Amino acid sequence: MTDAIKKPLMLIVNQAQVAACVEPRTNLADFLREQQMLTGTNIGCEQGVCGACTVMVDGAPARSCITPALACAGSEVRSIEGFDDDAPMNQLRAAFTAEHALQCGYCTPGMLMTARDIVMRLPDADDARVRLELSGNLCRCTGYVGIVRAIRRVLDAHRASAAPPLAATA
Amino acid sequence: MKAAAFDYEKPIACDEAIRLVAATSGMGKFVSGSQSLGPMMNLRLAQPELLVDLRGITALKTCRAEGEYGVIGAGVTHAQIEDARIDDFTRGLMVHVARGIAYRAVRNRGTLGGSLAHADPAADWINVMRGLDADFLVTGSNGERTVKSADWMLGAFTTALEPDEILAGVRVRRLSNTARWSYYKFNRKPGEFAEAIALFIDDAQAGICRAVIGAIDGPPYLIANARALVDDPASALLEPHLMDAGLEPGSYEYQVHRVALERAAATLREHGRNPQ
Repeated sequence: MTDAIKKPLMLIVNQAQVAACVEPRTNLADFLREQQMLTGTNIGCEQGVCGACTVMVDGAPARSCITPALACAGSEVRSIEGFDDDAPMNQLRAAFTAEHALQCGYCTPGMLMTARDIVMRLPDADDARVRLELSGNLCRCTGYVGIVRAIRRVLDAHRASAAPPLAATA
Repeated sequence: MKAAAFDYEKPIACDEAIRLVAATSGMGKFVSGSQSLGPMMNLRLAQPELLVDLRGITALKTCRAEGEYGVIGAGVTHAQIEDARIDDFTRGLMVHVARGIAYRAVRNRGTLGGSLAHADPAADWINVMRGLDADFLVTGSNGERTVKSADWMLGAFTTALEPDEILAGVRVRRLSNTARWSYYKFNRKPGEFAEAIALFIDDAQAGICRAVIGAIDGPPYLIANARALVDDPASALLEPHLMDAGLEPGSYEYQVHRVALERAAATLREHGRNPQ
């Protein structure tokens, strides 16, 4: 391992500029977990199927287990630790708690990434669309009912707050 | 598992990328979104010594109209097509298909060209491009060439691309305003690879009514004149095509492909217009 090639990598992680050296074989998930000590991102299948490792790259969800860290040079990466002050994510966290949308929690960081993407990108999504969009994130204990309800709760709250006041429609 | 060790380069021009891979005598691979090659490398089904990332080459991401044709860069992502962030030359067909590819997190990085160069028979674009009779625009050490859609895919995961060639984009004929299409993909879970794909493209103005039987063992099976199937998808008409596509009557595979064709034909017939 000592003679492994390492290459310089500059990127933004959770709004902080990071300069590192990584082996090309290091995927983004391992880079976050083992070099940045951001262990909130979980690794499941390591083949892009389960969605546990989903993080935001340049504002869009991506599988960090099949994305080389070097492929994110110059990009803005946001892992679950980077959403502490994010209003939609905090609403989703509260909704996940209220709807019992997690049990063991292993899929939860990835679920929250996809959930936030749904809430922000598809404000009009119905339950069928929510389920379709969630199909790339596997949960193997709680099941999906609570997760769908939690996302529904946030979508409904956004819709209610976006609706014109009654006076305006009267 | 983790990928075996490899080196990584991200050039900004095609000729540089081609030079880098050509110098590895077959052990270098081009990569874009890494949504197929990434899993294969983690599973150690692929162990390239060098990955040449094509995402830095802006020329591969451009789309343009060329008269009756549209040219779509290989580096366009499925999500860009899904969101109609590029011109649609196919009356919504490509937008519809893109939405059904894997999952949004995969679509955000996976590219049209990567999928076509990977040539998984059960993937979407390889079958759709056959139905559209796209030209594959290739650039390599020996210059540029065009590969017809019939000659692109030689077998599962095998294309006409030489190791030192890049798929730069595809050229598709713009569907006319009255063109209709239908696409049926059978899989047990949304986003997984298809067990059966059926596509109809009916463009009377262009004199075209094609069907594709997809997700079979080899390249997509094209039915060049599918008019009779649209009007009457009776099993007597379908059977010769399904058998010719390598499907054995009585098998599960035969059955799901037959039903996919019937349903796609029914959709086209019932809508009488673009199903979008």
